[in-house]
Amino acid sequence: MAKALKEKPPMIDQQPEVVLDDSRDPIVVVDGLHIVYRVYGAGGNKGSAASALMRVVRREGRPQMKEVHAVRGVSFIAYRGDAIGIIGTNGSGKSTLLKAIAGLLPPARGGVYTDGQPSLLGVNAALMKDLSGSRNIVLGCLAMGLDMEETKKRYDQIVKFADLKPGFIDYPMNTYSSGMGARLRFAIAAARTHDVMLIDEALATGDAKFKRRSKAKIEELRKDAGAVFLVAHNLDVIEETCNRVIWLDDGRIRMDGDPQSVIKSYTEASGK
Amino acid sequence: MNGMSSESLAEFAARHGLTQSAARPRLRTYIGQVWQRRTFIWNFASAKTTSMYTSSRLGQLWQVLTPLLNVGVYYLIFGLLMNTKRGVSDFMPFLVTGVFIFTFTQRSVTAGAKSVSNNLSLIRALHFPRASLPFSYVIIELQQLLISMIVLFIIVLAFGEPLTLHWLLIVPILALQLVFNMGVALVLARIGAFTPDVQQLLPFILRTWLYTSGVIFALGEFSKRLADHSWLIEILKLNPGSVYLELARTSLIESYRTTDLPRWGWSDSNLWWYAIGWAIIAFAGGFWYFYRAEERYGRG
Repeated sequence: MAKALKEKPPMIDQQPEVVLDDSRDPIVVVDGLHIVYRVYGAGGNKGSAASALMRVVRREGRPQMKEVHAVRGVSFIAYRGDAIGIIGTNGSGKSTLLKAIAGLLPPARGGVYTDGQPSLLGVNAALMKDLSGSRNIVLGCLAMGLDMEETKKRYDQIVKFADLKPGFIDYPMNTYSSGMGARLRFAIAAARTHDVMLIDEALATGDAKFKRRSKAKIEELRKDAGAVFLVAHNLDVIEETCNRVIWLDDGRIRMDGDPQSVIKSYTEASGK
Repeated sequence: MNGMSSESLAEFAARHGLTQSAARPRLRTYIGQVWQRRTFIWNFASAKTTSMYTSSRLGQLWQVLTPLLNVGVYYLIFGLLMNTKRGVSDFMPFLVTGVFIFTFTQRSVTAGAKSVSNNLSLIRALHFPRASLPFSYVIIELQQLLISMIVLFIIVLAFGEPLTLHWLLIVPILALQLVFNMGVALVLARIGAFTPDVQQLLPFILRTWLYTSGVIFALGEFSKRLADHSWLIEILKLNPGSVYLELARTSLIESYRTTDLPRWGWSDSNLWWYAIGWAIIAFAGGFWYFYRAEERYGRG
């Protein structure tokens, strides 16, 4: 039999066996990965200063804190040149898995090993919507780790790709239509090349014309990247772009294989 | 299926030269990474400041108006209503210097405590050394302080204090205070990231600190009552909350330097050593403490 993982018993039947293929060049190895993150209950009783002090003294967390076990023992190997689609229902752990591959969420158990730095395609969190588009381009590029010189070099290209109405680049981003905002965000995010590129639903934004252009841009980025991971609900996009699909179900890998067969089983399982 | 292999995935990864992606870099690499991010740190701070004021009509004018209004309130309460001079020759410059300098530390500490916990979405989306966040938040306060300083200079001059060469010392004083603030902000950023309750407690701690730091009364005058406990006076002087504002007062207010301090038998020579010592201890210790949890900040 193929190499089974040293996992705790309940996990074994969930995880398809991982095959070590020495003829290809691995770029991402995910080994028995568990991700647990904490959420704080919204609102509720915050308690008095004195009770807060006692909690700090006793080193307790907030009482309403909950732990979410989002990824439960995932293992697989991605090889150079792979374009892997990740599918699954809402809350199955797709985005969490991407963030863990990027090294942005620390593993509770297991590990992620990579060649080069995987990065998420997206800068939304760094942008400030009440600042102008041009200011956000600079901020976004710097946040992605470019220096000022590289940022200036890419500036015109980003403006051109975002294809905003004239003058809008100097207006605050909260005056943009949702399509314009999405175009600018994508243009900024795509200004950098990545070793391992992780895309979370990025294709689902903008009008038909922009979708075509962004798809072309992703193809271009893919050529420079060692591997691509794509999370999307649109199964057509996955089938078109990926050579392999991983189906996540409740934080575990349900199936891992070629797009046609995985997507077929997935649509059958999710029904109608 | 490749049969009987007993190689684990981790060994397979190691053999192909892959490295763990969420691992903490070595301290030296980390310092280099933070230094590379200096343009981002400064730009993020400026952007935050601008964005903070866009929703108000007067916009960034508030950066000047807020300290001015504060001074107005202090003048009303301490200058006119209470009419306290409390043994200080020139009370208003004394008070305003104290309040502005202490506010810089106070606001840096508060901002530092929320710098990581308020930016979880950023931490979960992009790679950057997390220490950039507390640094950025202290830079925001520095930008605010520099504007307050202009207001302060005008007030000190308006109350008849002369412009002397001693004023130049305010530059190294603020630089040392900035380094100290960054260190404390780093410590609180880590504590605040894992124990959000700290943000509820900080106002009380900071208010207590304010009252023991001689911001609104003169520590020198107070120390006369503690004459037989000289060690207690030394501890009061050692308090970093008071070190930086006492130095600022001796630099900006001539009457404080030439009349008040000699009357209490104080000098500022020790204060410089305290200021340098606190800056080094806080920064080195804070940076180390923050760095030790670098890979865990995303978990919340």
